Amino acid sequence: MERIPVLRMGSFLLVTIQVDMHDRLALALQDDLMGQIRAAGTTGVLLDISALDVVDSFIGRTIGNIAAMARILGAETVVTGMRPAVAITLVELGLSLEGVRTALDVARGMEMLGRPAPPRSGRARHS
Amino acid sequence: MPVTRSQDLPLRSDEDVVRARQLTRQWAIELGFSLVDQTKIVTAASELARNTVLHGGGGQMTLEHLDEGPRRGLRLVFVDQGPGIADIEQAMRDGFSTGSGLGLGLSGSRRLMSEFSISSRPGQGTRISTVRWR
Amino acid sequence: MASPQPSRLAEVVGRSEQPILQEWLRLQSESLSRRRDLVSDTDLGEQCRGFLAAFRKAAAQSIDARSGAWDEARGILADISTARAGQGFTPSETASFVFSLKQPLFLRLRQELAGDAAALADAAWEATAILDGLGLYTTEVYQKGREAVIARQQEELLELSTPVVQLWKNVVALPLIGTLDSARTQVVMESLLQQIVNSGAAVAIIDITGVPTVDTLVAQHLLKTVAAARLMGAECIISGIRPQIAQTIVHLGVNLGDVITKASLADALAVALERTGLTVVPIDPAR
Repeated sequence: MERIPVLRMGSFLLVTIQVDMHDRLALALQDDLMGQIRAAGTTGVLLDISALDVVDSFIGRTIGNIAAMARILGAETVVTGMRPAVAITLVELGLSLEGVRTALDVARGMEMLGRPAPPRSGRARHS
Repeated sequence: MPVTRSQDLPLRSDEDVVRARQLTRQWAIELGFSLVDQTKIVTAASELARNTVLHGGGGQMTLEHLDEGPRRGLRLVFVDQGPGIADIEQAMRDGFSTGSGLGLGLSGSRRLMSEFSISSRPGQGTRISTVRWR
Repeated sequence: MASPQPSRLAEVVGRSEQPILQEWLRLQSESLSRRRDLVSDTDLGEQCRGFLAAFRKAAAQSIDARSGAWDEARGILADISTARAGQGFTPSETASFVFSLKQPLFLRLRQELAGDAAALADAAWEATAILDGLGLYTTEVYQKGREAVIARQQEELLELSTPVVQLWKNVVALPLIGTLDSARTQVVMESLLQQIVNSGAAVAIIDITGVPTVDTLVAQHLLKTVAAARLMGAECIISGIRPQIAQTIVHLGVNLGDVITKASLADALAVALERTGLTVVPIDPAR
């Protein structure tokens, strides 16, 4: 089974998802990332999904898991490049990706990793 | 309801779920759905296909092109001979998970489509039919 | 009214197609409503000939104008109707084209069925029912054509009505203009989000000064847009909220959650700048 490549950039890891992942592949990515975060003292993970034209609840949960697990291991995660159609669908689906920081692109994502997250009063409920 | 075209796809593995997404995308494009509508339909298909594989013990998806004069639509039917769902109401409630994780799949898909119907009994498998009109 | 053998109507038309056609053309050329400025005699002759031939063929199979036997005739009328709409005919004028066949047809029927009053009455009724139905069909086709034009114009209008204004680096303003019905709001929503991607702005101010009313559906769509933008990595501020709209939102019980709203674009800009880490200071501190 092919794996999604993880690029090391200093103390950050960059993952660009460019294939329509089947579930096992997504789980493998999760494992690979955790392994690499531990192995190399990573402080930030950039997950670029600009090539994904669909994000369903499984991928959404996987992204949430990656962010949560990375945080426990001492690394912040930023998801970048979500497409408008995907964002609209996720809102409709009711998936909030709570606890996951997002940025329009990788460059901005890197800037964000350099800054601490601003305090939030709480997420808006999607009615 | 006039069905002008129909295709079946077996759903047995992870890769079949990906195939289901791709085939649904193709059909949605051919039917002229907008990009956002395509995404919604493909996402619903992904959810339901996964449920069929993971909880239904495998099954099949049927895509149908519906032509009702002024309106056209895409219907997706998911059938499995699995254990069935004991309490459909509860399964449809958001975020519900028995640990076998039907989760957002059912209720989320219903929100993304125009019509949604499900029939299932313990021991008798499950049949889900859902339509998105243009 | 369907009979096992061809109806008398079909027989008469089958036998006397040419004389009927000649009479029809003569009557039209003498008519006061003949639009020689829009259709030439040759073209009109061709339209009549074509339609009458289709009429004859269809009538021989069935006198029910809704049946498949009449598809060809309907097809010819659809073409004529569309062409005439383009040429500037009113829908009534085009329908009259169909109705005008009644007179030469009835004349012929009277001649050929003179001795049989019952047959004459039946055939006349059949012809009337068919031609009335087909005449109405031409107006339907005209309607659909107009609707298609309007739909296309609406799309073009939509593209014009989602402008984007770059206020500062990373801050854009997206003024919404006009009434937002449910269908339009969805398209506007997608357009807004695409503008955010195109401009690469991390803060977007959605100004609704130009929106006269906001109902629950519109409010929900706006909130969904803000939620989607947040998922993408952009922050939205809603500005231009008039007191009446604020009242409506409260009365409708819409929960804005933690979406920032401001009455004026200026206030929203101040917040936006702050969000991008900027603040405005006077050039000369003494002033």
